[in-house]
Amino acid sequence: MVSRRKALTLAGVGVAGAAGVAAAASVLSGGGESATASGTAADAITFYGEHQAGIVTPAQDRLHFVAFDVITKDRADLIELLQKWTAAAARMTAGHDAGVIGAVSGIAEAPPDDTGEALGLPPSGLTLTIGFGPSLFRTADGVDRFGLAARRPAALDELPAFRGDALKPEISGGDLCIQACANDPQVAVHAIRNLARIGFGKVTMRYSQLGFGRTSSTSRAQATPRNLMGFKDGTNNLKAEDGDLLTEHLWAAPADGTQWMAGGSYLVTRKIRMVIETWDRTSLGEQEAIIGRNKGEGAPLGHAKEFDQIDFARKGADGGPAIAMDAHVRLAHPEQNGGVRLLRRGYNFVDGSDALGRLDAGLFFIAYQRDPRKQFVPVQRGLAKSDTLNEYIRHESSAVWACPPGVTGPQDFWGRALFA
Amino acid sequence: MRKHLLVPAALLGLTAFGLTGCGTDEPTSTGEAGGPIAVTASDSACEVARAESAAGTVSFKISNTGSKVNEFYIYASGDRVMGEKENILPGVPVELHVELPAGTYEAACKPGMVGDGIRSKFTVTGSAAPLTSDQKLADATTSYQRYVKSQTDALLVKTEEFVNAVKAGDVAKAKALFPVARTYWERIEPVAEIFGDLDPKIDGREDVVTEGMAFTGFHRIEKDLWTSGDISKDGPIADQLLTDVKEIVTKANAEKLSPLQLANGAKELLDEVATGKITGEEDRYSHTDLWDFAANVEGSKAAVAALRPALEERSPDLVTKLDAAFKTVETTLAKHRAGDGWKLHNQLSQAELKELSDVINALAEPISQVAGAIK
Repeated sequence: MVSRRKALTLAGVGVAGAAGVAAAASVLSGGGESATASGTAADAITFYGEHQAGIVTPAQDRLHFVAFDVITKDRADLIELLQKWTAAAARMTAGHDAGVIGAVSGIAEAPPDDTGEALGLPPSGLTLTIGFGPSLFRTADGVDRFGLAARRPAALDELPAFRGDALKPEISGGDLCIQACANDPQVAVHAIRNLARIGFGKVTMRYSQLGFGRTSSTSRAQATPRNLMGFKDGTNNLKAEDGDLLTEHLWAAPADGTQWMAGGSYLVTRKIRMVIETWDRTSLGEQEAIIGRNKGEGAPLGHAKEFDQIDFARKGADGGPAIAMDAHVRLAHPEQNGGVRLLRRGYNFVDGSDALGRLDAGLFFIAYQRDPRKQFVPVQRGLAKSDTLNEYIRHESSAVWACPPGVTGPQDFWGRALFA
Repeated sequence: MRKHLLVPAALLGLTAFGLTGCGTDEPTSTGEAGGPIAVTASDSACEVARAESAAGTVSFKISNTGSKVNEFYIYASGDRVMGEKENILPGVPVELHVELPAGTYEAACKPGMVGDGIRSKFTVTGSAAPLTSDQKLADATTSYQRYVKSQTDALLVKTEEFVNAVKAGDVAKAKALFPVARTYWERIEPVAEIFGDLDPKIDGREDVVTEGMAFTGFHRIEKDLWTSGDISKDGPIADQLLTDVKEIVTKANAEKLSPLQLANGAKELLDEVATGKITGEEDRYSHTDLWDFAANVEGSKAAVAALRPALEERSPDLVTKLDAAFKTVETTLAKHRAGDGWKLHNQLSQAELKELSDVINALAEPISQVAGAIK
């Protein structure tokens, strides 16, 4: 195996004594593999573990998300692809080349089995997380291509239509997804590019999305970042340190009825376009009222600090509720949703500009949970119905995925239990 | 039209073994009495008078009794073309002489020059020492040269017809012949590209014509045919096209591609498909890109087929993969047949084009491994 970085001896060995994230990682519980947070942005994240990395892993700065459709009709082909992908993912997350020969070690007459653009770059906290879409189990036409229909988890229902959805089918759904996150965009893109190449003839890329500037913190060691509306996002997110909450809200359990998903999680992805030009000419007071937090500190309106316990009954100066009834933070808050929590892991995107000269920008929303039917769906229903923010956003794509449990070691592969 | 193929000096000048090029001008010398084996090709049948022969030069006399133009092939395993005749016109018998070692082959007629053809088993008996690996590679060169010869013969015929139609001002006929003539060109593009200066003159598109060079050749006439419909001034361009094609045919027939060039040529033909044909850039005025697409794939298959005996010895798994991937491409492409030709590029949906792109990627990846396997 060719190492991109000779200095890297053991992938995933955290740098002892590193401040911040590493310290936080040491207190993680219920998070298995992803308890190994990186000491620095350059380090490797352990690929193997009870859960897939890239879920409670402290959110990296960059995203390359891709959805594939399976084009092979052969179940054995699909299994072989998942095995090849898993092996390549284990290598790349450790900072090695995608293939066993490598980008520059092969014979001159043959194309290299790694594309080469990550040569010399550190692992950069790369995580690769796979998910299976409902159409893998049964197509829209009702065809069970791979004998998986009976194994579809009940929680993997297609999402219902929400009010105001402006979904584009060509960037929605998909049979398989891979979320690549890294602290270096070149490393994330390299991973997806090589996995896509390995998949030629078996899968076809349906759509892919680049993202930057994580919009949520998934560890208390991380500061809350800002989305492109300029507001802190994800203050009340589920965090890696929330052991019992993760068991309750994040990880699928055997008791949920689908054995092969135990230790996995369900992912909802939504591409949310922001009409930022109109947002930017909205007054500060109006912006804050719509979100329900102040823009500078991120404190809930009528409160002092970002992490203050929100008192939704608190009155404002005018005698009305400090946080408006249709404010985003109120509608989305667990307290207003029967205690429902999500682990959000979204990214900002700017896909150039559109024909009208507007930035094509927004939030690529990513949320992990134990059961979308009980978590994302009711919350989004409430938001779609009442959130004033809807004037400034458009949901352009939507997908739901079953992300299987972690890969336990070199003999295991992504989704093995599903095909067992 | 791209770079010249690299010709590693070590791979030039391979000695050819056993097989000779064949043409109708050669004397008939079958290993058996009774002269050439009669083949009666109609629109729906392909009757070969004898299904066996002794090893050596085997001769066939093909008569087309149908109404469609026909083709006759002798295939070895994996559709390796041992010999073929294209453009067999009704009522004009032609002879084919093929050097066949002992083995099992298939004879095939292709009425309308499309599809897999009407096939029957053809057995050749006799003894021949098994070839060494190096001999198999040397044979690949000869075998491919034979293929090139068959294509250039047809290219000349069809280009001449096309040029005559243009000069006669017969727009409809010229339009019909344009994609057909190009088929033979596109099949052997790896050879054509070796002659760098001729390629752009014959096949240059308006945007790739370099400074100080005129926009001529197939695509210049294509533009006039499909945009203004005025080809009254294209006589000199048509004449020049025929002159250039004649020159390249002479050169191509004299050229021996090394096995490595064959392997790379097979890949580059698919690159042509991926970058120019699927996008509709090649025939942007006529939208006849699928003719070129099919021809590129056929040419790629012919190059791989020539290498097949060597490849089967060195990398049998790769051969299996390639066979399956070629089959998938052919099946997917066949959905877009229209009569004896193809649908126009602009009649395909984005989803259909994506599907074609997917199957080409699936074929091009293993094909890119061929060069390494035979080196």
